[in-house]
Amino acid sequence: MEKSHSESLAAAEKELENGPLKERLAKKLSEHRVQVAVIGAAVLVFGTFMVLSPAVFLRPRIYVAFLSTAPFFGIMALGLTLILVSKQIDLSFPSTMALGAFVSASIFAATDNLLLGMLGGMSVGAVVGVLNGILVTKVGIPSIIATLGMMFALRGAVHVLSDGMSISLTALSGAPLRNVFVGMSPIGIPAQSLWFIGIAVLLWFLLFRHKFGDHVLFTGDNESAAQMMGVNTDLTKTLVFVILGVLAAFAGVLDSLRMLRWFPTLGEGYLLMTFGAVFVGGTSMFGGAGTIFGTFIGTFLVGSLEAGVIAAGLAGFWTRLFVGVLILVAVTIHALLSRR
Amino acid sequence: MSLVEMKGIHKYFQAVHALRDVDFHVGDNEIVGLIGDNGAGKSTLIKILSGLFPPDGGEMYIRGRKIGPKRYSVKRAHSLGIETVFQEQALGDLQPIWRNIFLGRQPTNALGLLDVRKAREEAHYVMTELMRFTGAGMSVDAPVRHLSGGERQGIAIGRAMYFDADLIILDEPTRALSVKEVGKVLDFISRIKEVGKSCVYISHTIIDVFNVSDRFVIMDRGEVVAERAREDASEASLIDLIRNTRT
Repeated sequence: MEKSHSESLAAAEKELENGPLKERLAKKLSEHRVQVAVIGAAVLVFGTFMVLSPAVFLRPRIYVAFLSTAPFFGIMALGLTLILVSKQIDLSFPSTMALGAFVSASIFAATDNLLLGMLGGMSVGAVVGVLNGILVTKVGIPSIIATLGMMFALRGAVHVLSDGMSISLTALSGAPLRNVFVGMSPIGIPAQSLWFIGIAVLLWFLLFRHKFGDHVLFTGDNESAAQMMGVNTDLTKTLVFVILGVLAAFAGVLDSLRMLRWFPTLGEGYLLMTFGAVFVGGTSMFGGAGTIFGTFIGTFLVGSLEAGVIAAGLAGFWTRLFVGVLILVAVTIHALLSRR
Repeated sequence: MSLVEMKGIHKYFQAVHALRDVDFHVGDNEIVGLIGDNGAGKSTLIKILSGLFPPDGGEMYIRGRKIGPKRYSVKRAHSLGIETVFQEQALGDLQPIWRNIFLGRQPTNALGLLDVRKAREEAHYVMTELMRFTGAGMSVDAPVRHLSGGERQGIAIGRAMYFDADLIILDEPTRALSVKEVGKVLDFISRIKEVGKSCVYISHTIIDVFNVSDRFVIMDRGEVVAERAREDASEASLIDLIRNTRT
């Protein structure tokens, strides 16, 4: 019985595949149009930079710099992609980033154990996710409001707990464990970018090849349908908040490890960059669909603009304007493509 | 022993008393036509039976075993052999057909990773063998929003058929279907009877219900107001029963 099912599907697909090459290509393109669009945007942006400042953009150094700085918000952008696919929103993650890294740095200061600190910081990130999930699913507060409150509350808590003081991590300078997370890897690219790639691959499998991801997709697409088919959508949403909470704490730990100091303002500039990366990548706010690959490329697009603008000889003030324009243009293209 | 027995069921939605002391049962290999005007409480009753939400009062038995409402759920109903085709169809528009068919009980390995190959093959079987879809070039990867009303209903019914339930609940399955598609649904209900399974068929198209049901339960404003065996009923008498309750 099983065998005949597989043969019959194979036969049907063969029939489709024997169509004219042009049609098959068109089908493949339309299936992956979001990815094609974001690659197109990347080629355009980096192409422009190469023309405007070839001395900078035709040499590898600038790209190594991007690989060094972009992963900190890129890791959060990956988690945020899952949030948007489930049709929720989270504004609290920059504060979670600071709180998680604070807890991590404090534990390290007290115990001299970095792994214990990281574990503590990421556990706090998970707790924040659970709290967001409870506010949204059990109390019934829309996620934009619940997480806005959480963003302020956690940032306030961080300042109160730290007394507004930064925490030095210079004791970790040269520590082998630090190099595992933010050092230069043997293949010549920063370790944090390898973590970013690894997490991207992991989340792709989680979203598109795991039962949990199926539940995330349907929760965002049609929540009541998911419930009718036995999916616990409250649990699914809560877990998505937990994933972003843990990733934000992890990103915070990496960022403070790189700077060898934890600051109470850690993460404050990342809210819009992170959203920008996800939207430029082609994930919308409508829920039920999203692209990990798009977010991955979007991270480097948004992350490269500042350096690109300055290398092109413009004042740094221009950066925000360009980030805004890039987001608007990319989102317009994605909207036009998905209308067909 | 009845396959399903519900006794004295109550349900409130805030101040609205949606179900009042409802008794309902389904026998083995029985097709029950559940009829009544809009707002009679038919969908509420079957949503309790399918595990979507608990009753606020009353008792439920499945194959004679008492069901604790706290521990009952859609998942539990599925495992006890109760499948529901909801009026809302319960499909994710943006997701491919294969994901829709296996939503909630995906074939996975021990790590929870989807067996995409198996899911796609079985989805193809549901479409071609069970539902006999003939749409040229229709692929299991097509998102559901590209399908017609009849095809969407076909996916919802095919999904219920595939899991081989003892009781299939169909809530207004012929709504928005073409005449030919309605015929397919009625054929399917007859097949449920032939293979010894049971069915609850909700509709307010009396002609459709009349031709396939063994027994009729008539609801009005949250109560069961009449029950008729097929032998004792005619289409006209059923229509009268529904109308007379609205006075």
